[in-house]
Amino acid sequence: MSLPFVRILLDRVVGALVVLCVMVAAIPVLVLFLFVIIKGLPGILTPGFFTQSPHPQGVPGGGVLNAIIGTLEIVGIGSLLAVPVGVLIGIFLSEYGRNQVGDTVRFISDVLTGLPSIAFGIFGYSVVVLTTHHFSALSASIALAVLMLPVILRATETALLLVPNALREAGLALGAPRWRVTLEIVVPAALGGIVTGALLAMARAAGETAPLLFTAFGNDIVQTNPLQPMGALALTVFRNALVPYPNLQDQAWAAALLLVILVAATNILARVYVRRIQR
Amino acid sequence: MAVNGRMTAWTTMQTEVAPPPVPEPNIEIKLDARKVNFFYGDFQALHDASLSVQARKITALIGPSGCGKTTFLRMFNRMYDLVPGTRATGEVLIDGHNVLSPETDVINLRRQVGMLFQRANPFPKSIFDNVAYGPHMLGWSKQRINEVVEESLKDTGLWNEVKDRLRRSALNLSGGQQQRLCLARALAVKPEVVLMDEPASALDPIATLRIEELMQELKERYTIVIVTHNMQQAARASDFTAFMLMNQKRAGEVIEFGPTDDIFNRPKDSRTEDYITGRFG
Ligand SMILES: Nc1ncnc2c1ncn2[C@@H]1O[C@H](COP(=O)(O)OP(=O)(O)OP(=O)(O)O)[C@@H](O)[C@H]1O
Ligand SMILES: [Mg+2]
Repeated sequence: MSLPFVRILLDRVVGALVVLCVMVAAIPVLVLFLFVIIKGLPGILTPGFFTQSPHPQGVPGGGVLNAIIGTLEIVGIGSLLAVPVGVLIGIFLSEYGRNQVGDTVRFISDVLTGLPSIAFGIFGYSVVVLTTHHFSALSASIALAVLMLPVILRATETALLLVPNALREAGLALGAPRWRVTLEIVVPAALGGIVTGALLAMARAAGETAPLLFTAFGNDIVQTNPLQPMGALALTVFRNALVPYPNLQDQAWAAALLLVILVAATNILARVYVRRIQR
Repeated sequence: MAVNGRMTAWTTMQTEVAPPPVPEPNIEIKLDARKVNFFYGDFQALHDASLSVQARKITALIGPSGCGKTTFLRMFNRMYDLVPGTRATGEVLIDGHNVLSPETDVINLRRQVGMLFQRANPFPKSIFDNVAYGPHMLGWSKQRINEVVEESLKDTGLWNEVKDRLRRSALNLSGGQQQRLCLARALAVKPEVVLMDEPASALDPIATLRIEELMQELKERYTIVIVTHNMQQAARASDFTAFMLMNQKRAGEVIEFGPTDDIFNRPKDSRTEDYITGRFG
């Protein structure tokens, strides 16, 4: 057999393997997507799905307005807490964290990443709910903020470490103090990665159920006061999937579809944003 | 070549120390390294290196790879501060003040002693913002910043090439343009000295010549120290040349220093001669 032939054959085999791998990765996702879309579409198309609160069990109709508002508010407040802190810690780790303190922070962050999400619920419950004697959206936001924190700070650190040292040197060689170089040159250069990290953390938080169970607790009426119990899409899915009423089960699928769309949209947003900055 | 005869720090220092090896009277020494030793942790990278850099002249550092040229250059603006575990002894005087002393205001020093790197490293910002970064940091007025940006871009021959796209990203420029932009950025804070570490090694011959021409124009106002691997470049572009070599313990030493013409045509040390004639290195 001639050598070029072997080479061509090898090329084909490797090519086929790559395609196979992509399919193995993509097929489950596609199946899941299709399934959620098929099951969720009837619920989403029901009149009142976006505009009404849930009706009592057994009463037809109703929607998930309470849960949509709840998810947006809980994740919103959680992000407001987690993003600034996470980004600051990430900056510290990358620019000033080559030491014992940095390693400790990194270790804690890794431990947090590995915790089951219900642990964050317990945290929110014991720290906020028990002290205020009240289920509240705020306690859920705090639980989610702690859950988001390690994702954001690691993403920030990674993005900053990718900034070439030559840029730091260029700034310092001009006589700029370290902090100005960090804030005016290094962070802007890494903004794409930082924003992506934050958006992905938000998307992940939006889909979490366990941290909400005994913090936000759920609420069938529209509630915007963060100190009160509040509904959330993930809670709607969790609760309605288990009841014997078909219209509520449809609602659960529809809420799941809405969550998937929300998360996918956030991911796409992150990507589009990065592409725009990298121009 | 006419020597600019301004009375300077070095004449006042004459009483304390022996004169540097350059034998012209009334010359202004801008940077004076005296018996400098430098350590990366336990490894000694420079041994008793001395060099007197004349004001408004181009001084070239040549020598084989690893002999400590970059290390030496980065002492002049204390860039080695960024590398943990480094240590320097000896003196590097600028206007009579020791750069290496812990009391040195590094920020001020670096405004006085600018640097151009081996690879062009423009900020991922607009062309204007690149040059304006230093002046902006110094808190200059908007009008003054505009003026200084134009001036610096003209000084580096970039103005006509970029004046219509100042707000566009600097990363779209060619390699040679980027390097000249970095030079404009360094000049914008009005340094007295510009250090260049193989500034043309990543550029094509034409862009390289452009940088060399610029150096000739700029030396009327700036003191330039350049590290180069390119012997022809040192020979045609510099006024003084220092030849460096590693000793047995791999620490860099200045073997010979003098007017470029002498180093290349009448080297005193046989090792210099071997190197410039290409017999090793
Ligand atoms: N950060 C560092 N840590 C430890 N050793 C270093 C470091 N930087 C340089 N060195 C060592 O110091 C010596 C001098 O290095 P330097 O970069 O100054 O040489 P150079 O003359 O500029 O070489 P080249 O021509 O290849 O750029 C070398 O032996 C190098 O290995
Ligand atoms: Mg070097």
